[in-house]
Amino acid sequence: MAQHTNKRATTQSVTANRLIDGEVVYLTAAGEWSDWLKDAAVADGKEACQALLAKALPFVASQHIVDPYLFEISVEDGVIIPSSVREKIRMAGPTIRLDLGKQAVGT
Amino acid sequence: MYRYDEFDTQLVQERVAQFSGQVARRLAGEITEDQFKPLRLMNGVYLQLHAYMLRVAVPYGTLSGKQMHMLAHIARKYDKGYGHFTTRQNIQYNWPTLKDIPAILTDLASVEMHAIQTSGNCIRNVTSDQYAGAAAEEIDDPRIWSEIIRQWSTFHPEFTYLPRKFKIAVAGMHTDRAAIRFHDIGIEIVAGKDGKPAFDIFVGGGQGRTPMIAPLIGTAIPADDLIAYLEATLRVYNMNGRRDNLYKSRIKILVHAIGADEMRRQVEEEFAHVKEQGALALPEAEIERIRAYFSPPAYETLSDTSAKLDQAMSANKAFANWVKTNIATHKQPGYAIANISLKPVGGVAGDASADQMDVIADLATAYSFDEMRITHEQNITFAHVKKDDLFALWQKLEDVGLGTSNLALITDHIVCPGLDYCALANARSIPISQQIAECFADLDRQHNIGELKIKISGCINACGHHHVGHIGILGVDKKGTEFYQISLGGSADENASIGEIVGPAFTEDELVGAIENIVETYLSTRQTDERFIDTYRRIGKDPFKENLYATR
Repeated sequence: MAQHTNKRATTQSVTANRLIDGEVVYLTAAGEWSDWLKDAAVADGKEACQALLAKALPFVASQHIVDPYLFEISVEDGVIIPSSVREKIRMAGPTIRLDLGKQAVGT
Repeated sequence: MYRYDEFDTQLVQERVAQFSGQVARRLAGEITEDQFKPLRLMNGVYLQLHAYMLRVAVPYGTLSGKQMHMLAHIARKYDKGYGHFTTRQNIQYNWPTLKDIPAILTDLASVEMHAIQTSGNCIRNVTSDQYAGAAAEEIDDPRIWSEIIRQWSTFHPEFTYLPRKFKIAVAGMHTDRAAIRFHDIGIEIVAGKDGKPAFDIFVGGGQGRTPMIAPLIGTAIPADDLIAYLEATLRVYNMNGRRDNLYKSRIKILVHAIGADEMRRQVEEEFAHVKEQGALALPEAEIERIRAYFSPPAYETLSDTSAKLDQAMSANKAFANWVKTNIATHKQPGYAIANISLKPVGGVAGDASADQMDVIADLATAYSFDEMRITHEQNITFAHVKKDDLFALWQKLEDVGLGTSNLALITDHIVCPGLDYCALANARSIPISQQIAECFADLDRQHNIGELKIKISGCINACGHHHVGHIGILGVDKKGTEFYQISLGGSADENASIGEIVGPAFTEDELVGAIENIVETYLSTRQTDERFIDTYRRIGKDPFKENLYATR
């Protein structure tokens, strides 16, 4: 398990990096990978989270993504918000270069 | 500068071909990430927060204009138009795709560059003094010995799987601009008995979670024994260094555990054994062959005073400020060492755009014999500039935002990429550096404060050298929130010291105020001509701590 996973978290999504370009991606409810956190599947409770993470593993085997892990989120007014600064930065891009990363593209 | 011979060329080309095949197999799904990761790391490819990162080796920081142009080209073609110069005098690209890495390595190889041994548990890129060949007190040019060590350590079969990474730095004189006492092996060139250079060997320094100052292990080792002595030291480490615990696997832990005397005894025993075998004496002809690559450039015979320089300084205060901070004395009359700061207020420490790299390359060609050095403090040095040319050089640097006059001042920081890029980081470093720089942007204020080195790391691995900052800042994570711990009194030079933690950590909002508080304590306490570090060493931590936490 990745060291940045909060073991006590209850509400989580799954993220990884895409093999070919390293891009941050999120596992969706449809079992696909999206560049955008808004598309991520949300799991509540330990069993649901582990089940979601298990869905990611075949994509490691098929060489689509690397290093999938669960990370803590909250859902406020239907918007998924990462709990840690780390995941907020992964979701958007470097805080000191707003012209780079996903934040530069918009959603 | 050193130029590749046929062996270097073949080695690098074969490595490009080999790694290109490995990347192709990875992308085709023929090898797993677990299989691929050690291979990519051996070729400088990391996976960071947002993308892959490629670290390119710049041996002892030295680049030609052509090489710098290639770095610009790579930034433009394969990355996002910039690169980041690091404390190992290398460059990192933050956004390459895996599929482009073979093409990047091919381009690098075309200018005698590569990414070999920029990661992994091997001997990493050798670093050195950016004033090599230009400083008056130099015993010998450290680039010669750095290059010899580079050749010896490249693909060394015995030292490719060490317990942990291994970093070597070489200084050509006692004044230390290469932080040699904070390396696994730090080498200081000293005068040998026979008039030839000899080497004091410091072993077991480092930063990270266990900062240590390297003790002197080998004294005045003769030149032809240098490699044998290094081999003996590495062999003792390779045999006895810990492989069971990642955090205790560096040579500093071994030296600390057995003590400097026992380390010296073991190295000398192994050294005697190596010498008995008689295989590793450096041939004089080979030393001279390498030395010839670093012959002094074709200096003009000049007066040491330059009326042109004096006039420009009188007429232009901004230029005079640049000369005051960024210019150092050169051994050759009429020449100066010019430092280009990569720390503009509001910028990112160590970053340069592709356009800036192209300008730097052209200026190095025009004004410094087509050669430049990346410094471990993340700036760039032109080692041989005519004093008559300094004003023209500075004007052209100013045109592209590179004329900042802050070398070794309170806005010239070492800064790791931190949580904005790095997968290991706990907190951001770059915004902290920017906030401090903005607070102290006024140049008169910076000059009044004088030499003050702030170094910032986003995690305990200490890539931002916070342990050796006069003021060190370490970012920590407390339940998902960034906090910053301040240490005082560190120094990476020949009077090496490790900073002491001053007290409880600060929030991001509190931090700049805390730095101002520390500076005020210094300014109100300092004696004539006392630098921050001198004042700290005279009065100690307590006065700073009392003022810092008085209102908390």
